Amino acid sequence: MHNKVLSNMKTDYIKDLEQIKDIMNRSTRFISLSGLSGVSTGIIALAGAIVAYQTFFKGADYLVYETVGLSGALTGRLLVIALATLVLSVISALFFTRRQTKKQQQPAWDAQTKRLLINLLIPLVAGGLFALMLLLKGFVGMLPPVTLLFYGLALVNASKYTLSDIRSLGIIEVVLGLLAFWFIGYGLLIWALGFGLVQLVYGLLMQKKYSL
Amino acid sequence: MKEVLKDLDKAFENRVRLGIMSALVVNEGMDFNALKELLDVTDGNLASHLKSLENSQYIDYKKEFLGRKPNTFYHATTMGIEAFKKHIKAIEQLLSTH
Repeated sequence: MHNKVLSNMKTDYIKDLEQIKDIMNRSTRFISLSGLSGVSTGIIALAGAIVAYQTFFKGADYLVYETVGLSGALTGRLLVIALATLVLSVISALFFTRRQTKKQQQPAWDAQTKRLLINLLIPLVAGGLFALMLLLKGFVGMLPPVTLLFYGLALVNASKYTLSDIRSLGIIEVVLGLLAFWFIGYGLLIWALGFGLVQLVYGLLMQKKYSL
Repeated sequence: MKEVLKDLDKAFENRVRLGIMSALVVNEGMDFNALKELLDVTDGNLASHLKSLENSQYIDYKKEFLGRKPNTFYHATTMGIEAFKKHIKAIEQLLSTH
């Protein structure tokens, strides 16, 4: 008899602990990240990289590839490709995230969402402005390492306010950013790897892990 | 065993009160509506449990104005955080006894 009471009590307390954990998570972290956002932005990034590659390197001989001096017109075209990639990515990420919040019946815009966005955007906007200045000053080769680095750091920073998986994704992007600078001739390729393939694979893994 | 039971806090025996404390120990502060939405309880229910935690001095509040609307921000007191930690520890000990 005594044992039964004790085991009932234990079941209750296990439930208590589960509830505590759930409330702590829901009140501090944004949990409705969608893996499909990762997949879609990955695909868009790959498309952007291919367009950029074709614009600059197709038909160019090896020497041109090495130096890539950018005329004003080319800088403008690169800017358009970059902005189109960015805008499409943001739209698709918002779309899938909104869908996920609806599915999980979570509020889309609350303290957790704000906290996540602010902490993501501080490094990201700084990096974006820095990248823009590099482009305008003609340091086009610096764009892949700089965007990868700042994106990775933004993810590491934001990971405290959302699913913790984002942290390791951020670290991978940072490492790729450093590699993209060291092997600067392969910058665009490594950029496509980081923003495209890695992001896509991560999205698939997260989709599998969280869509029960 | 008896000592463990002594450490379990009566104030946290209720699910709503336990929920309020869980949220307030990991957040600097939360307002009434955020707590209500988080815990999915009625105004009256939440208010009465907040009052009871206030009486145990486990939580405190500040009134602030958001524009013209008064807003009550609740936060956990040091005493409340200590009591919560002790309670969790007691649960963990209870669960680790066979």
